[in-house]
Amino acid sequence: MSAEPRARTARAVRPRAAVLAEKALEAVIRLSGVSAIVFVAAIFFFVLREAAPVLFSEGFSLKQFLFSTEWYPTSATNVRYGTFALTVGTVSVTALAMVLAVPFGLGAAIFLSEFCSPRVRETLKVVIELLSAIPSVVWGFVGLTVMSKLIVSATGAPVGVNVLNGGIILALMSVPVIVSIGEDALKAVPDSFREAGVALGATRWQLVYRVLLPAAKNGLLAAVLLGVGRAVGETMAVLMATGHAVHIPGSLLDSVRTLTANIAAELGEAPSGSDHYRVLFLTGTLLFLITLVVNLTADFVVRGIRRK
Amino acid sequence: MTESPTPSANDIVKEVEVSGLRLAYGGKEVLHGISFDVYRNEILAVIGPAQSGKTSMLRCLNRTIDFTASASVSGSVKVGGEDVRKMSDVFALRRRIGMVAPLPTGLPLSIYDNVAFAPRCSGVTRKADLEPVVEKCLRQAALWDEVKDRLDSLGTALSGGQQQRLTIARALSHRPEILCLDEFSIAIDPVTTMRIEDVLKELREEITIILVTNLTQQARRLSDRTMFLLEGEIVEIDATDVIYSGDAKSEKTRDYVNGVFG
Amino acid sequence: MAGRFAKTPHVARKEIAESIARGIFGLMSAAMILPLVLIVGYLVVRAWPVLSWEFLLDVPKRGMTDGGIWPAFVGTLYLVGISLLVSTPIGVLAAIYLNEYAKDNWFNRLVNLAVINLAGVPSIVHALFGLGAFVYAARFGYSILSASLTLAIMTLPVIIASTREALASVPMAFREACWNVGATRWQTVRAVVLPNSISGILTGVILQVSRAAGETAPVMFTGAVFFKAVERGDLFPYGLTDQCMALSMHLYTLATQVPNVKEALPYATAVVLLGSVLLVNATAIFVRIWLRNRKKW
Repeated sequence: MSAEPRARTARAVRPRAAVLAEKALEAVIRLSGVSAIVFVAAIFFFVLREAAPVLFSEGFSLKQFLFSTEWYPTSATNVRYGTFALTVGTVSVTALAMVLAVPFGLGAAIFLSEFCSPRVRETLKVVIELLSAIPSVVWGFVGLTVMSKLIVSATGAPVGVNVLNGGIILALMSVPVIVSIGEDALKAVPDSFREAGVALGATRWQLVYRVLLPAAKNGLLAAVLLGVGRAVGETMAVLMATGHAVHIPGSLLDSVRTLTANIAAELGEAPSGSDHYRVLFLTGTLLFLITLVVNLTADFVVRGIRRK
Repeated sequence: MTESPTPSANDIVKEVEVSGLRLAYGGKEVLHGISFDVYRNEILAVIGPAQSGKTSMLRCLNRTIDFTASASVSGSVKVGGEDVRKMSDVFALRRRIGMVAPLPTGLPLSIYDNVAFAPRCSGVTRKADLEPVVEKCLRQAALWDEVKDRLDSLGTALSGGQQQRLTIARALSHRPEILCLDEFSIAIDPVTTMRIEDVLKELREEITIILVTNLTQQARRLSDRTMFLLEGEIVEIDATDVIYSGDAKSEKTRDYVNGVFG
Repeated sequence: MAGRFAKTPHVARKEIAESIARGIFGLMSAAMILPLVLIVGYLVVRAWPVLSWEFLLDVPKRGMTDGGIWPAFVGTLYLVGISLLVSTPIGVLAAIYLNEYAKDNWFNRLVNLAVINLAGVPSIVHALFGLGAFVYAARFGYSILSASLTLAIMTLPVIIASTREALASVPMAFREACWNVGATRWQTVRAVVLPNSISGILTGVILQVSRAAGETAPVMFTGAVFFKAVERGDLFPYGLTDQCMALSMHLYTLATQVPNVKEALPYATAVVLLGSVLLVNATAIFVRIWLRNRKKW
């Protein structure tokens, strides 16, 4: 014999309005949740939409856009939209920034996670947070004033705004990203690895070198990639610190212009709807795709470790 | 499975009917088609070593298993004659079953709000309705005298044993028909455990209790019937006297209750 | 004395390597503190001659070569405030979705990737998006509205990330306890999860303020202008569809576009901008530490 098929005790019932309000709220929550996808798609759509007419116009060559070094957007007789020199500018400044930032960033990450006391670590993390909060326009201003004077007096270069200046400023901006992600990666290595190493009589340095670095390899790579992403996308600082010459740099002391800085410098002067204006949007699309690839790769690399 | 005798064999009401319950996490099956009944107003002890599927079984009962995305359930579980997986209002189901987790979990709310939480969720909001419920449940859980002067202090600030009684009070606050306790004594001291056991003995007058425990002696002290679950299968279910008398049918059961393994 | 536990040469070498490694890594960390201190110090010293309340409250004079920064300061307040009003609710709700509602399936992995990518999109691309979407497509024109919406979308990942972290720090046991007594997901979130993660959410909002205040490129092409005449100390000079000045852009303008600026003026502007941002960040850090110390479990 079964019990009668309903609840034995009489129960309170939630007011219908409350149930409906909750349903409505949950719908809003779900909508907000997917908004990120909508926004990313919208960014791509609207930027590409402004760029599209020139992309399919006659006389425009994607090959020229990507691989020509001739950028004469306002020339009356010989208009050229080649971004190769800008790409090289971006690559050279980013590369220099990484050469400077990666050793310091990873070194500081190792120090934070393995060598220092909790008190020092807390203090350093606050400093890193503050460092990463400095607005890029302030960095650019520092590059334009302080750094350029230093560079001129140290090297005797005619101008202080150049690859070196931009690279140093970008390095300072990327270090916080590399440190915090790198420290996370090292922290993610299980303590049992450390204990096993210590039990075998390894010093901390041996532990770092032989055990932690190989184990945290992917996370550290992701940290570097995110640093690269930050450096490639940076606009105001490089606009102010690298000078304005559109050409392929021959040395660290040459002025260059990057993809981002070029948009910021010329968008204000390009008449809306002109080819020049649309080519700048096309450059934006290119930047969007580059950072998309960098970020997805970084995420993929990080997830790679979690799977294992 | 043979029907086993109960204290009130004449008017047995089946409060819970489980038949052919299978549960798998991902591809790994942890319950291999178990069938048993729980009678109204009895204490059914579920014993068995760790990883036998005891907690998973309870989670199928109140469908909190739904929160585990990888879990897949088949077979039927009926509470009060209704198949739980066909119920449209899963929250109403959970209010008919009180659930006490192994670790004492006071919510980070005041003691009063801890107990009033469930009634409020189900639509009881008037102070005059709530206060008697809170007092009654705290009394039932043998906690009232200790906390009646500080109902405003945080539930998380109580001692472990007090928090476990608070958890029981909370589980009773929505007037469930069934109370499930999942190894309630593993994180509390023996004195508190005895107090809670006394509470359970009183509660059985009005409620059906499923007591999951790995303390075989606790099961012996409290329960009417005992079910021995091993690696996702029921080895034996019978009156507690039978299981512990040495007359158990399975050798495994005899070995387990005598502490040979587990 | 060479006892049983005396150092062998090998061990001594190991210890030297150890202290060298510690020293180098320590120096690398110190190399991060140095620029922060030097930069702030240098800027303050150079700005000192004009730094005063008057500088903050006054309007630019003589073709922006003299005077104060009030229109830019209040403009930044507008941009940040309005972007906050838009992005905080969306960001917090999105984080609640991701942490409390989303099951682990391909779609929600895609949502996660989208959040990560949104955070990685360069600020100049956000500017292009704001120009294409809000200024032209939505016909909001060059206005505070367009610029704020652009900033809102740009800072959304900041608040999503910090809110998520705050929600995730609430122990799972609390949620299970609530579900066990028949609470719905929202009742659980409302009663237990949100009250205990409000501190983290607050920190996220504060960080968002500092991020939005410092951004230049996204507002430069969507609503911020070089100059706008505003009364000294006027708190409500702008409407939603007006253009405004912004502190970050004002610094850029003074540093690169305006000839013969009084020397300390750009430095002082930089100090006000940097000071506000660092102050806001320091507040976030203190809030976090303070709330960590009074956890309820």
